[in-house]
Amino acid sequence: MSEHDSDSSNPESPERREFLGKVTGVVAGTGIAAATWPFISSMNPSTDVLSKATTEADISDIAPGQVHTVEWQGKPVFILHRTDQQIDKMRQSEGGKDPTADQKRVLEPNWLVVVGICTHLGCVPNRVDDGWLCPCHGSVYDNSGRILRGPAPRNLHVPPYQFVGENRLLIGQADPQRQRCERVDPDAAGDTFCVATNPNGKEV
Amino acid sequence: MAGRIIDWIDQRFPLTKFIKHELTEYPTPRNLSYWWNFGSLAGIVLVIQIVSGIFLAMHYKPDALMAFDSVEHIMRNVNYGWLIRYMHSTGASAFFIVIYIHMARTLFYGSYRAPRELMWWTGQVLLLMLMATAFMGYLLPWGQMSYWGAQVITSLFGATPFIGDDVVRWLRGDFVVGDATLTRFFALHYLFPFLIVGMVVIHLVALHMVKSSNPSGINLADKDNIPFHPYYTIKDLFGFGVFFIVFAYFVFYSPNTFIEADNYEPANPLKTPPHIVPEWYFLPFYAILRAIPDLLGGVVAMGVSVVIFALMPFLDRSRIPGGAKYRPIYRVMFVLFVIDILVLSYVGLKPPSGSLVIVGQVATFVYFSLFTLLPFISRWEERWLRKKGLPPEVEELIRQEEEEAAKRGRRA
Ligand code: FES
Repeated sequence: MSEHDSDSSNPESPERREFLGKVTGVVAGTGIAAATWPFISSMNPSTDVLSKATTEADISDIAPGQVHTVEWQGKPVFILHRTDQQIDKMRQSEGGKDPTADQKRVLEPNWLVVVGICTHLGCVPNRVDDGWLCPCHGSVYDNSGRILRGPAPRNLHVPPYQFVGENRLLIGQADPQRQRCERVDPDAAGDTFCVATNPNGKEV
Repeated sequence: MAGRIIDWIDQRFPLTKFIKHELTEYPTPRNLSYWWNFGSLAGIVLVIQIVSGIFLAMHYKPDALMAFDSVEHIMRNVNYGWLIRYMHSTGASAFFIVIYIHMARTLFYGSYRAPRELMWWTGQVLLLMLMATAFMGYLLPWGQMSYWGAQVITSLFGATPFIGDDVVRWLRGDFVVGDATLTRFFALHYLFPFLIVGMVVIHLVALHMVKSSNPSGINLADKDNIPFHPYYTIKDLFGFGVFFIVFAYFVFYSPNTFIEADNYEPANPLKTPPHIVPEWYFLPFYAILRAIPDLLGGVVAMGVSVVIFALMPFLDRSRIPGGAKYRPIYRVMFVLFVIDILVLSYVGLKPPSGSLVIVGQVATFVYFSLFTLLPFISRWEERWLRKKGLPPEVEELIRQEEEEAAKRGRRA
């Protein structure tokens, strides 16, 4: 034991050199890895981008059957004023490959609010008779924003939102009093309707 | 005087030695056909792109609010701005045509085989770098096609399991393609060409180690060669001349052939154009992406379709020299492959509709089948050809090649 001690404390000992070499390598490697972090992180959305958290929209002049598109965090959000027939029809089905009840996708049955970005590769679907059609690879969504056909894997996302007053919609923040915590999208972790806890409006 | 200056340099830097070794006495097979011109053509296009790009960058503004207008400013106000920009946009397409022909020649003549695997692989890396550079450059004019092309391609990374959304946000620096994306694409688009230059140097150092292949498939460079200069300097210059005639035609008479009309409309993040198409040089791979109904599957298939070329030295197990020229079955496969690429390009160009989807899927299947069947077919073809009887000289060559390969193996 004591012999071993004296051996490794001898500056000439090969084990000692090897050990020091390894330690140097590990420390340098960790240092370099740590130094890359600020650079990688700098490419993430900056704070001013993140602070574009909420958008307010006036919905008083959207006639039944009409859609308005507003911008939220740079993304288009479709606001569809649904007619009673449309609501009935949507309630009768569960959608397509990502089945969800229509009730779980709206706060008020008359108003459908969805992010207008195709869940396939991010194009903006165009309004057609009974829903939306994505021009890029032909995904078809119904009047509940649910995927019916095409390559898109999921329904259009429902952003957190709340009604403020009669005619205004606040997108980006759910009403904490009125949380509906059903999972809107069972695949995506944390993708629930009650995201009022998310102050900087990260994507839902 | 000049002699004394060169002497002075030579004592400090191997200038004369270098020129002799790499140029005036560099041994080159005497039988190279015009298909061997495309390497140097790729070099001249790289120079065109770098020079025109640097001058464009003096007037371009990588800012979402100014980018589109600054390109119009270049077109209308900057002296000869239109010329420089059209050279750059036409040059991008020229680059891909030249590179694709360069690759096709390598595939046809089997130039990827030992000992030139590293040439092929550094070339493969160059192709990927070129694709990345072209893709990022295409966003810079900030037109509708630019914008939505970038939106779709960055979305592809969303297929990454678990962290897909974070990766996409990190790439864009925003929730959607935006100002942050534009600025970083500009920075990288400026950087990549210089990385490409570095890679080209490695490609050339490898070339000067193993020397050029040639149409006969026999290793001629150390047996029957001529110096590169003046024979191939002249031939390459002649190639440049022909190339510049074609290039000038497009720059001066048809510069918008390679620019989508939709790209003259400024980017609008709230509206996707009715039919978006990638640049022509990405069409076959785009068609493969769309042929697979599943997103992750499609992205993987597309990625594999680009990098699968790297496996060629392993997939092709035939030892018959001379590539497709002396291999009837491989030649059929080569022609089939070229046709398949053209079919895929057409499918990628058109909006996906009933029958075209099927065509795209069949063509995708053929694409991958050709690669996966090659190991078996090439072996079988060799046995068949040898049974039919090869000339004794060829048999002798195969024996020699094997000996050399064994020698290389022993040295390694
Ligand atoms: S982006 Fe909508 S279908 Fe592909």
